[in-house]
Amino acid sequence: MTQTGHRRIQNSGLEDESREQSSQSSTTGMRLIVPLQGIVQGRGGLILGSVIPCAMFYFLQFYLKRRRSPPNPPQEQTSNPPSPTDSSSNLTELSRSASRSNLLLSRGSIVRPHVSARVHSIAKANDSPYYIGLDRASADPYDGLNNPNGVIQLGLAENRLTLDLIENWITEKLSDSILGGGDSRGGLSVSGIATYQPFDGMMELKVAMAGFMSQVVGRTVSFDPSQIVLTSGATPAIEILCFSLADQGNAFLIPAPYYPGFDRDMKWRTGVELIPVHCRSSDNFALSIPALDQAFNQARKRGQKVRGILLSNPSNPVGNLMTRETLFSLLDFAREKNIHIISDELFAASTFGDEEFVSMAEIIDSQDADKDRVHIVYGLSKDLALPGFRVGVIYSFNESVLAVSRKMTRFSPISSPTQRLVTCMLSDTTFIKEHTERNRERLRAMYDLFLEGLKQVGIDCTKSSGGLYCWVDMSGLIRPYNEKGELDLWDKLLNVAKINATPGSACHCIEPGWFRCCFTTLDEKDIPVVIERIRGVIETCKSPS
Amino acid sequence: MAIEIVQPSGVGLSKIAVSETHGENSPYFAGWKAYDENPYHEKDNPSGVIQMGLAENQVSFDLLEKYLESNQEAASWGKKVSGFKENALFQDYHGLLSFRKAMASFMEKVRGGKAKFDPERVVLTAGATAANELLTFILADPGDALLIPTPYYPGFDRDLRWRTGVEIVPIHCESSNNFQITPEALESAYDHATSMNMKVRGVLITNPSNPLGATVQRKVLEEILDFVTRKNIHLVSDEIYSGSVFHSHEFISIAEILESRNHQDSERCHIVYSLSKDLGLPGFRVGTVYSYNDQVVTTARRMSSFTLISSQTQLLLATMLSDSEFTEKYIEINRERLRKRYETIVDGLKRAGIECLKGNAGLFCWMNLSPYLSENTKSGELEIWKTIMEEVRLNISPGSSCRCSEAGWFRVCFANMSEETLEVALLRLHEFMDTRRRERNMLSVL
Repeated sequence: MTQTGHRRIQNSGLEDESREQSSQSSTTGMRLIVPLQGIVQGRGGLILGSVIPCAMFYFLQFYLKRRRSPPNPPQEQTSNPPSPTDSSSNLTELSRSASRSNLLLSRGSIVRPHVSARVHSIAKANDSPYYIGLDRASADPYDGLNNPNGVIQLGLAENRLTLDLIENWITEKLSDSILGGGDSRGGLSVSGIATYQPFDGMMELKVAMAGFMSQVVGRTVSFDPSQIVLTSGATPAIEILCFSLADQGNAFLIPAPYYPGFDRDMKWRTGVELIPVHCRSSDNFALSIPALDQAFNQARKRGQKVRGILLSNPSNPVGNLMTRETLFSLLDFAREKNIHIISDELFAASTFGDEEFVSMAEIIDSQDADKDRVHIVYGLSKDLALPGFRVGVIYSFNESVLAVSRKMTRFSPISSPTQRLVTCMLSDTTFIKEHTERNRERLRAMYDLFLEGLKQVGIDCTKSSGGLYCWVDMSGLIRPYNEKGELDLWDKLLNVAKINATPGSACHCIEPGWFRCCFTTLDEKDIPVVIERIRGVIETCKSPS
Repeated sequence: MAIEIVQPSGVGLSKIAVSETHGENSPYFAGWKAYDENPYHEKDNPSGVIQMGLAENQVSFDLLEKYLESNQEAASWGKKVSGFKENALFQDYHGLLSFRKAMASFMEKVRGGKAKFDPERVVLTAGATAANELLTFILADPGDALLIPTPYYPGFDRDLRWRTGVEIVPIHCESSNNFQITPEALESAYDHATSMNMKVRGVLITNPSNPLGATVQRKVLEEILDFVTRKNIHLVSDEIYSGSVFHSHEFISIAEILESRNHQDSERCHIVYSLSKDLGLPGFRVGTVYSYNDQVVTTARRMSSFTLISSQTQLLLATMLSDSEFTEKYIEINRERLRKRYETIVDGLKRAGIECLKGNAGLFCWMNLSPYLSENTKSGELEIWKTIMEEVRLNISPGSSCRCSEAGWFRVCFANMSEETLEVALLRLHEFMDTRRRERNMLSVL
């Protein structure tokens, strides 16, 4: 990620109280705190006699202000901009719990206009190791020559292994043109792409995408362009499906460990809940139907309405592929409970093992009755290494869902120059075939190297066949054997060894000690460096402390 | 083709999915369907429906093409500081710094340098549609209300309400004062919302206005700002037509008012902008939320993950929009061409006996057909709208779709067609009005 100069806000918006502009006055806080101090410190007699009524009065005011609506803001403004003090931190505590009212008003304080309840959780500092690690790695990125002590990024599932092929293609076929026209003027034309396009994507791209998906996702079944809705990435595709299939407060079952981004993408604005269905190392982290059933029943007992299952296949973060049997069983389960299946097949072409990828599209191919409940999410961020271009797909067999998605994607459409460039690329079936094969080969090679390196230092991974990462077992190194031990190791890896790997707890893994390590942002020569650094950490773990 | 939401017998969809809030069954969209089915074409279909319901700017397209042809470097990957690889991988929701700088600079140019914009406050979204929805998600909760002056862009009913669950309460404006927003109307709307137990979270204005095609006066902007300050609510100023003002001095941005007040209380203000209208690139899907509120900037940025602009597009436009010579010339010529078009249509309508609101911006005019309605009601309006669509074969937007409180007003777009097509449309309208007047005269004689 590009470093973009100083980040404006690092902390919770509420800490903005200390900023230059309007803010609550600290005087109000003092008026609350002082009488309370009296009670707490046990000064008796006269003081208590006056202090307690004061305190009660203030609490009464507080209570009343919460009940009153809408609250009236003050007419005047304070002349002194407030400075951060201890008392104002108490203020922020109170504000957070009563976010809606302009409480603690008194003469002279400025109150900020209300924002949505969701803002507080979105704007606050990232406390997940997933995001913290990504930030650290991008702030101090490793470079063999220029920054050999930088952080090696193993936490970002980005595929750099085939970018050279794509770059060459652009140079040759599009004369290096950003507009990607490939016409007689060398693509320097905005005609045909400047004006309003259908929000759900240009037909030419839908056709090209259907062709591409038929090759790498469907394999034995083909995809129909009229069932495609294009979105600016897989992120909005998933959100649109959540908006369409579930009401606020409804839930999706999701096999865990899962991609940390889902917590944000699926919940932030939709109000949907995620119920993890834990997978175990004893099963090689494969999904078990009994576990799914149990999670469903528990949800029902809690009064939570389950609307569907979200799978990622190939799985992120584990990298395993779902077997045909499991997929059929899942369909049976979904039919029995009358719920939807969202199959996130983003890594479909990024397979490198002996196992075969099977899409939900193949399973549903012979089952007319259940077609309405299956929806596939796809995109070009992983398989074609173009995450910046924002190309995502909703593929559904349900006409109603398609109709709704076509309308909703007006909020997340693909930019037309990108549609044109990608159409050209996907239509070049020779190139695509070659790219897919090379990609698999290079993934395999890198995976083998990485695995071999880990083995040398005594570390194992689950057997995986897809994705851009491996699921690494460091449980033997953590002490104690719980989430805290895992986070301690994560911290050591990040701050001492300077490696950013994603800890399993960020992915809601129920067994501690597992880490997702992406190997596709590395060069071959970086692998020994990584292994050496890991070795260093292992030594500190094993040595008596 | 009607879009039917068929409920499958098996698995159900969400309430949002089955609601009608997407609004695509309103007359505004019905006209589009008529056009889709029988589109006008100079040679191939000269009797087809002329689309005058789409606010798209095609008048300055040639300037863009000329620029790209003579600036091949701007449109190629290789010469960039960050080449293809970095660009293809770049998905940072902060957006390309060079592009944000270019957007901030373009926004300043459009305002004639009368306000400054900080690239750190520019949050990128895939279009203004997404920007408006994003702000609504941030400023309000389901069930809350936004106050919006009527008449307003029909798309707001969907964009601001559908997935957010937020309500729109209209601020009624009247032709007696040229549909300007008054303090009384603001108060009245606020009270109405409160009486319905809705919490008002902000006021959203479009300046220059869609569909009026007129800028908001300085005095009115000051009054609105005072109002939102008094009520401690937000102000969203959708300024996507700011570059389409015919005379630059006539547009006052909220940014200027805030600067003149030394940014006191500016953290309740947010501006929406886009390149769809001013630069005629709606296909590119480039919008921005510009907020003076740090918390809103942070939140909007993170939320923009759902609606990022392709890095390819950001790179291409960063170069183009940083080219001061090009942008200044473009803005000037674009304004001039729009002004000429406006004069053509207003004169043409006048000769046909139709008056328009005095406008000074935008890609449309606000036409008054109320003297010609059979009855001064919404159904009277829709009756004449239908006639115009079916007999005159023009798709224009009825004021009722824009929630106008007075019947008989129509928005007519003039920038999405060639000059010849505009003449054809005016001719048709002229004939229609002549016929109508003759019929009326005959009736009154009998």
